[in-house]
Amino acid sequence: MSDAPEVNRGVVTPVRVVIALCLVAPFVAMLWVGSYAKTDPEFAGIPFFYWYQMLWVLLSTVLTMIAYKLWQRDQRDRASEKGGASE
Amino acid sequence: MKNDVNGVALAVFIFFFVAVTVMGFLAARWRRAENEHSLDEWGLGGRSFGTWITWFLLGGDLYTAYTFVAVPAAIYAAGAAGFFAVPYTILVYPLIFTFLPRLWSVSHKHGYVTTSDFVRGRFGSKGLSLAVAVTGLLATMPYIALQLVGIQAVLDVMGVGGGENTNWFVKDLPLLIAFGVLAAYTYSSGLRAPALIAFVKDTLIYIVIAVAIIYIPIKLGGFDEIFASAGEKYTKAGVGGLIPPEAGQWTYATLALGSALALFMYPHSITATLSSRSREVIRRNTTILPLYSLMLGLLALLGFMAIAAGVQVTNPQLAIPQLFEDMFPAWFAGVAFAAIGIGALVPAAIMSIAAANLFTRNIYKDFIKPDATPAQETKISKLVSLLVKVGALIFVLTMDKTVAINFQLLGGIWILQTFPALVGGLFTRWFHRWALLAGWAVGMLYGTIAAYGVASPTQKHFGGSAKEIPGIGEIGYIGLTAFVLNVVVTVVLTFVLKAAKAPEGIDETKPEDYTADAGDPGVQVELPPATAGSSH
Repeated sequence: MSDAPEVNRGVVTPVRVVIALCLVAPFVAMLWVGSYAKTDPEFAGIPFFYWYQMLWVLLSTVLTMIAYKLWQRDQRDRASEKGGASE
Repeated sequence: MKNDVNGVALAVFIFFFVAVTVMGFLAARWRRAENEHSLDEWGLGGRSFGTWITWFLLGGDLYTAYTFVAVPAAIYAAGAAGFFAVPYTILVYPLIFTFLPRLWSVSHKHGYVTTSDFVRGRFGSKGLSLAVAVTGLLATMPYIALQLVGIQAVLDVMGVGGGENTNWFVKDLPLLIAFGVLAAYTYSSGLRAPALIAFVKDTLIYIVIAVAIIYIPIKLGGFDEIFASAGEKYTKAGVGGLIPPEAGQWTYATLALGSALALFMYPHSITATLSSRSREVIRRNTTILPLYSLMLGLLALLGFMAIAAGVQVTNPQLAIPQLFEDMFPAWFAGVAFAAIGIGALVPAAIMSIAAANLFTRNIYKDFIKPDATPAQETKISKLVSLLVKVGALIFVLTMDKTVAINFQLLGGIWILQTFPALVGGLFTRWFHRWALLAGWAVGMLYGTIAAYGVASPTQKHFGGSAKEIPGIGEIGYIGLTAFVLNVVVTVVLTFVLKAAKAPEGIDETKPEDYTADAGDPGVQVELPPATAGSSH
């Protein structure tokens, strides 16, 4: 993840991998147009194509939020490891 | 188009317009700092905005009136293809999550006001910085003009300034007044004005969308009916459809990706970003800004509703205002029009401030008067913000609307070419400044020529933003193709130049600058402590 080396350069930790996955997932889902270019199943009369992408607005928001929380924790851990202040 | 004036709607519209005008002027006193004659104050609101103000400001800035008119208009005209705006805005946030905090930090540490400031500092190249600044200016101008087009659409439907036979002065007077007022409060209040007005704008927009998405489908017999009649229309017209055809999928994906990459290269996005108080504010915003994307998705559906409601307009841009006029009671149509009209003022103000900052910092100070004081910088910026708006106004009044739209299309392609220098620069110093400049030039040239060669049924040139990708054969977004070329040229030339030992520029930034946060030693705090504390 390009963002990972902010505090400690080049260290890949499981948490950082999860952060990267959270941020990459929307790209895979949205750029693979063939996976959702269809009308069925409909939801409340809205073709799949539309409600699926709207659903991804929510999914990507949740994923970005998870990434944000994990990243915050990651930074805190790093800071305390280095013996610095908590923030 | 109707020519009779809708009195109630107009009265409601004027009420809101006057209200935000008063707010715009009062904004000068809002959270004012002691040193009000610096560019940080006028052009970045003192770099003091917290999470919610930044949210409103960025939302008001990125989701413009033109977006509100153009996205459903595209759906109305062509169906699914117009919906790419939704995946586009989905992809923006994970993307900026990675690089925007770094830009904030380094800009705060070194007092950068524009992206060109950063590029100059990072690569020690005035030429590259100038290229980025000029691209930003070129891309922003037509964008401002399009905000006027958005206001015009609303005014047309309300019946003011419409009519083909009225003389040009009467016809354009409402627009002239709107922009005169906008120019005046931007001049006096700077970025604080759009920040304050954005609250009104977004509240109105959210109310209108919420009502529209419930009320209109009920009146039209549900989404089943809406999509059925939309599907019928596309089949009969032979244009568009409810889902993109196999051949259109590359276009859909590349447009979404290319636009997402380009969005935060625009000067106005960066201005709103740099006005925030801390690095955390930005990261937090990437998790709450998607609310706007949800709204945009719902809004796009209005395009289908316009078809189902039998809205017949020759200019698709008028479809949504006309839908509101047809479906809503007059007073609520007025609220909806006000939402669009004010929705144009906020981004137009921020864009003109961003363009003015670019000119002042990266052309005036770098090339004309290097010893300009902060007070002089602010003065020049204020003047340029006026000039930029006058320019946009002349553009819209004298030229055909399609010219503004063509340039906006080109602007998107152009601005994407600054990505390698900016985002590349945020993560690595490896790229050579001359290679970046060459890559930029190639991208600009290819993009412009390719876009010129796209014909549509109504236009010989600039008929669209997608074209066959050389070597792949699929139809893709020209901006993204140009971007890939740009990166290839940059990388290859960097190798060559490094091998040839071409002189590198001086990098004034340090690795730790990119992670600095407010409160760290050396990070400039522009606000006097009292104000900074009370705004928390």
